[in-house]
Amino acid sequence: MTTNAEASGPRPRSFFTPTRIITYGIIIVAALYYLLPLYVMITTSLKGLPEIRIGNIFAPPLEVTFEPWAKAWTSACTGLTCNGLAPGFWNSVKITLPSTIVSVFVAAVSGYALVNWRFKGSEFFFTVLLLGSFIPYQVMLYPLVMITAQLKIFGTLWAVILIHTIFGMPILTLLFRNYFASLPQELFKAARVDGAGFWRIFFQIMVPMSLPIFAVAIILQVTGIWNDFLFGVVFAGTQNYPMTVQLNNIVNSVQGVREYNVNMAATILTAAVPLIVYFVSGKWFVRGIAAGAVKG
Amino acid sequence: MTEAQSLHGATALERTRPPGLLYNLFVRNISAKIAASPMVAIVLIVFVGCTLWTIWFSFTDSRALPNGAFVGFDQYERLFNTRRWRISATNLLTYGMFSLVFTMVVGFVLAVLMDQRIRFEDGFRTIFLYPFALSGIVTGLVWQWIMNPTLGLQSTMRGLGWTNFTFDWITNTDMVLYALLIAGLWHGTGFVMVLMLAGLRSVDGEIWKAARVDGIPTWRTYIQIVLPMMRGVIVTTLVIVCSGIVRTYDLVVALTNGGPGLSSEVPAKYVINYMFAAGNLGQALAASTVMLLTVFVLLIPWFIVEFGPKKHV
Repeated sequence: MTTNAEASGPRPRSFFTPTRIITYGIIIVAALYYLLPLYVMITTSLKGLPEIRIGNIFAPPLEVTFEPWAKAWTSACTGLTCNGLAPGFWNSVKITLPSTIVSVFVAAVSGYALVNWRFKGSEFFFTVLLLGSFIPYQVMLYPLVMITAQLKIFGTLWAVILIHTIFGMPILTLLFRNYFASLPQELFKAARVDGAGFWRIFFQIMVPMSLPIFAVAIILQVTGIWNDFLFGVVFAGTQNYPMTVQLNNIVNSVQGVREYNVNMAATILTAAVPLIVYFVSGKWFVRGIAAGAVKG
Repeated sequence: MTEAQSLHGATALERTRPPGLLYNLFVRNISAKIAASPMVAIVLIVFVGCTLWTIWFSFTDSRALPNGAFVGFDQYERLFNTRRWRISATNLLTYGMFSLVFTMVVGFVLAVLMDQRIRFEDGFRTIFLYPFALSGIVTGLVWQWIMNPTLGLQSTMRGLGWTNFTFDWITNTDMVLYALLIAGLWHGTGFVMVLMLAGLRSVDGEIWKAARVDGIPTWRTYIQIVLPMMRGVIVTTLVIVCSGIVRTYDLVVALTNGGPGLSSEVPAKYVINYMFAAGNLGQALAASTVMLLTVFVLLIPWFIVEFGPKKHV
């Protein structure tokens, strides 16, 4: 499955046919619908509260102020404490970095073992792993709470990292397995004949040849883990709440005046990391989700 | 000794193909087995073990801790007699049906339009897909603000002179699910569009020449020829969209938190609530087992396509 192949539709005869105009019309209207929330987020976050109360959500800010951004970052209140989103941001960093590294490494090694070092039952375990990705998280949540409590890591960063590694496994293993299977097997065989072992082949041959798929996997994990809410709220413990959880607490906290500009600034700040990853990585992101979703 | 024999006797082959069954089971491939052990452990402990544990304890009357007595199907009976669950399940059904149909249709139509050799294709695709990079929480909060009746879209339109304009879905018990739908579609259709576009592009280009020679209109070619050829992509997309719908959780938490009243509650939220807030574990586990069953029923068509008898094209 390729995403960057040539358009296969019929070639248009000339540019200004009625069909052509309708096509562009619909696409542009759709694009406006998709862009609208981003526009509203940005403009609202730059307005002062009095200007917001006038009630025109689409108007650009008359007076641009960055105060809401500062407040969202340093002093917005999440119920009891008023430290802004900054602690949540750093918590998310502390969760996302190790989770991404561990899950990508474990999945890459598993995918490599599945392709080049098959053992009895390896395909069976892989099939169950893939099926497992369809089980709703709620089904496995409570036993995992008990397991992490037994390991004495419940309510710590370690628990969230472990959980992200577990639930990243199916898709990442699939990704790596398919990629390694597409590499020429002669390389692997030649290295074997030369006496290279499991780890040496992995680090010296497979990894250098698979940098694109590592990029895809990292993009997939960074955005996925950064955006997670459920595991953060259940496993991390109050001290380690990731940014998404703190954002929701800030915006949906009932006390006090609702500061919509601060809320929107906080929302953009939380969305910033995945958005930057998305805009910078572009086609890689598309490749990642397409490869993860459509086998082969 | 010949060269071949010395090679046979001394090098790698000695380590990889020794005699003995025990050796094969425990020593051969040992690095690979160690390396794959996290995968095996995750499969056995989490995906199989935890799931069986949950199913087993859904038959007990456990409250805050999993120590209840076996009560058969009592939890399930209570579940379907609970108003909140019935609302949650009905909501998911309504939301799910609309979401599924709209996501697939809009995703396909957008993909077809994008396939017309339009200019700035990459730019448009970037615009359609970026919401998918955002979390359900962010999506929910943005749309909560846009749909805010006192300061959002409604007041803006009224300020422009349409004083009767009403858009209060988010606070309207009968309409809140459609508010959820607007946010959900914004988040997910770009993803379906990308998958469908990949599917369209994988269809053999000769089809188009043949269809044009036969004088078949473009739209009919898409619906009657190309669409059936994309069966694999469509079924995969369906499976992904369906399992996403069953999981719907953070979008609801951020957008409405289940309100107004119980009117936008969903099963995933029911489970979390009974598990951690209400301390009624038996109920939570029974509800999550029902979710599991739902997902597996939805998976059956995918199984038939993936592993069933293959049709020749």
